[in-house]
Amino acid sequence: MQVSDSSSRVLAALLQSRTGQQLTMSRRWRIETALSSVLRERNIPTLDRLISMLIAKEDPFLADEVVEALLNNETYFFRDRTPFDVLARDVLPQLAHARRDQRRLRIWSAGCSTGQEAYSLAMLFDEDRERWKDWKIEILGSDVSQKVIDKARAGRYTQFEVQRGLAIRQTIRWFEEEEDGWTVAPHLKSMVRFETRNLLDPQGARQFDLVLCRNVLLYLCKDKRRQAFDRLASVIASDGALLLGAGETVIGQTEAFAADRDIRGIYRPAALQAPARRATGT
Amino acid sequence: MKRCLIVDDSKVIRKVARHILETLQFQVEEAGDGREAMSRCEEDMPDVVLLDWNMPVMSGMEFLQLLRQSGHADQPKVVFCTTENDMAHIRAALDAGADEYVMKPFDRETLQVKLQLVGVA
Ligand SMILES: C[S@@+](CC[C@H](N)C(=O)[O-])C[C@H]1O[C@@H](n2cnc3c(N)ncnc32)[C@H](O)[C@@H]1O
Ligand SMILES: [Mg+2]
Repeated sequence: MQVSDSSSRVLAALLQSRTGQQLTMSRRWRIETALSSVLRERNIPTLDRLISMLIAKEDPFLADEVVEALLNNETYFFRDRTPFDVLARDVLPQLAHARRDQRRLRIWSAGCSTGQEAYSLAMLFDEDRERWKDWKIEILGSDVSQKVIDKARAGRYTQFEVQRGLAIRQTIRWFEEEEDGWTVAPHLKSMVRFETRNLLDPQGARQFDLVLCRNVLLYLCKDKRRQAFDRLASVIASDGALLLGAGETVIGQTEAFAADRDIRGIYRPAALQAPARRATGT
Repeated sequence: MKRCLIVDDSKVIRKVARHILETLQFQVEEAGDGREAMSRCEEDMPDVVLLDWNMPVMSGMEFLQLLRQSGHADQPKVVFCTTENDMAHIRAALDAGADEYVMKPFDRETLQVKLQLVGVA
């Protein structure tokens, strides 16, 4: 059943104001399914009733729950594979060179959903343990949704989630078996931290050497997307790198970043293109 | 076209797996237990075996041991596909020469990823 136009307008406005995300037609079809658990858990009889509760602002937490339910949280370990190969082969070695004195790397998975992307990064470092032996690796995962961040922090995944992307040897190496799932091993967890945060909010004074923002900007309207790029640019080191999702680009979206000359899919803060690479001469 | 032998005593599972594998462009054969699988392999070696653990006549584990001991150390690739989803079974399977491991229930994407990981898809 299709949700009425007026109801979907209310939901779209709510989602947009909280996250910048647009409710596209393809997602409109899923509204009912997406919200069915909210209805069930709160014993709300119909979607119309839910909408009127939202309009009346009867319950401050209801809006949060609705927004979380409407967000697309699809993710998996080593999603799309290739970008992780590119990181391991090109980007991380460059950064290792550029930061050889500090021996510290700060990485941000922006819009990390349930944490698979952040943990996949930790796995990359663990695979190359020799190189990173006495480095301080700080991986931050953030998402606007509290619910996914809770799950990411717990680091506990179903068998369905672990086998979607991981080889079995990786699973038994990086997870501990629990009664009802698989929990990320402590030595990986210690590299990763999670926080609830809206990407569109000011990001403060922090700095990152590498930022992954994949499959997040897709549904932002043009203005919000530009704003998001500005936020990302404000925290990336001048010789740092930005990685977007497959099929996402900065071209025509922002002037804050430019495509790396040599590495496909990697974007650099516009002012300074790929200096780390030139420095290494690799 | 790569060839996959599905070994499972459940007809339903074989059907589901066959359907998925065919959409992944595999030529599919089926066997209902380890012994039948062994004779299929002797006739014509597939590229990959999707292997259940618990089966009558000959279990998946016995089949795998026999296969790997009979001069087929790396070929065909063997992907276990079983409800035995604990660490001990997984380790035992890898020790015996399995290449990948799918924990049932599975879906198309899982199977596809695993087949890519062993290099046949
Ligand atoms: C489709 S998931 C992508 C997860 C992961 N990056 C990946 O590529 O697999 C998109 C995530 O972005 C989050 N998100 C959407 N808008 C956001 C915003 N304005 N600030 C922070 N996170 C946001 C959603 O909650 C969702 O978890
Ligand atoms: Mg069986």
